[in-house]
Amino acid sequence: MSGHDLLTIQGLHFAYPDTDTPVFADIDLSIADGEFVALVGGSGVGKSTLLRNVAGLIAPSGGQLSIAPDTSDGSRDRAFVFQDTRLLPWRRIDANIDYGLTGLGLSRRQRRDRIDEVLDLTDMSAYRRRWPHAISGGQAQRIGLARALAVHPRLLLMDEPFSAVDALTRSRLQDELLAIWRRIGMAVLFVTHDIEEAVYLADRVIVMRGAPAEIVRRETIPCTRPRDRTATDFRALARNIADSL
Amino acid sequence: MARRISRTARTATRQTPAARLRRITFGVAGLAAFVALWKCAFVFTWAPSGTLPDPFSIPAALAAEYTNGHLLPALGSSLIHYVWGLAVGTVAGFIVGLLAATSPAFDDVHHLLARILRPIPPLAWVVFAIAWFQVSHAGAAFVISIGVFWVNYFATAAGVAGVDPRFYELARAFGHGGFVARVTTVTLPGAAPGILSGMRTGVGQAWMTLIAAELLGVPGMGQQMNSAAGVGAYDAVVVYMLAISLIYSLSDGAFALVQNRVLRWRP
Repeated sequence: MSGHDLLTIQGLHFAYPDTDTPVFADIDLSIADGEFVALVGGSGVGKSTLLRNVAGLIAPSGGQLSIAPDTSDGSRDRAFVFQDTRLLPWRRIDANIDYGLTGLGLSRRQRRDRIDEVLDLTDMSAYRRRWPHAISGGQAQRIGLARALAVHPRLLLMDEPFSAVDALTRSRLQDELLAIWRRIGMAVLFVTHDIEEAVYLADRVIVMRGAPAEIVRRETIPCTRPRDRTATDFRALARNIADSL
Repeated sequence: MARRISRTARTATRQTPAARLRRITFGVAGLAAFVALWKCAFVFTWAPSGTLPDPFSIPAALAAEYTNGHLLPALGSSLIHYVWGLAVGTVAGFIVGLLAATSPAFDDVHHLLARILRPIPPLAWVVFAIAWFQVSHAGAAFVISIGVFWVNYFATAAGVAGVDPRFYELARAFGHGGFVARVTTVTLPGAAPGILSGMRTGVGQAWMTLIAAELLGVPGMGQQMNSAAGVGAYDAVVVYMLAISLIYSLSDGAFALVQNRVLRWRP
């Protein structure tokens, strides 16, 4: 891929304390600036665990994981979008988006601008004063995305973000994510068990398998966007990747 | 429990006007039936003679207690015990409960002690209250604070322990991983329903203990009830019972307003 490597992972392995078998081992992976990478694998294979290692939420047991140093102010290297949206129910929508903005050296005015910006990007401006219980699942997922985008991350980490919404909402959210990605150009590491979703969204699909899990396949998706899920080459590629799971 | 009560109250206010009128009518009817039963008991002397006042003599008894200068000083004295006992017990129970739920070391150190002290009824401490504080405001407040302490301690510890741990991961992911940031942005708001519900229970519990503590001689409404009963003025006793009921309703209602305001994020 073009661009410099933003994330570099070498020989990464992770084991829970007091267990013999690591969740994954010998993971080598790099992600370029602005690249959209999907990570697929069966359930329980360790995709989310790898994503949490990348996020810095849990510490790897060994190997190297580095992110190119950041030069811009008012941002975080990485931001996380959770499968369960994880909006704080006691904060209104705008305050939920504001959650990641403390400690970034932003003025009150700048924070407000960030909130406006991401509400606009996700088309959720009308809901800014709502409580989380008063919006739908798809809208909550948009806010989860907006909260992550607000910190201007260079790497957006998404953990099966669309798996809990209905099919129609899911395909709409996928297109909205692509539109935002094209506009902002952050790198994305997107975990999913849905191969069709991975092939539809990503520049590259990484397949994890085994116990301990390893990367068994790296596939660059040649199809041009917008992609047609019903096209023959799309279907063939998706089926081919599914066979390697 | 408090939460269920406030739910019921909210459902009641959402009823149609006809349903609300019906509810009020039936409520008044129930009250009237009770007073009628009471009156019968008085007229036909179902209770030992002279121990049950005429319900219709209560307003006169209220006026008498007010004009003879007993009611307001007793009320004021009781409120001093109440406010101090409630404040000390609530703050201490909250702090210890928070520590117990957030610090494993503290939990290890105190759990056995808590197990031993907890079953002791607040009124059992009256002996020490008198020994340490004599018959004083501080003694009554001390006894009240013990009951309130345990209620808040358990409510806070359970509320904090019940906070969804996934929110702590969120806090770490978005720069709130430090202890203070975690406690203020996740622990306290997440535990607030349980903590406030405990505080509200304490608001009621304090009244229960208060009257009993004052029956032992500290000036206040409990003592007034005791001395009124001593001279057979059972109508005055009822006046104080109703005064307690009124003040409890007011304080509980005020607390409910605060509670609903703080927890307005709940569906």
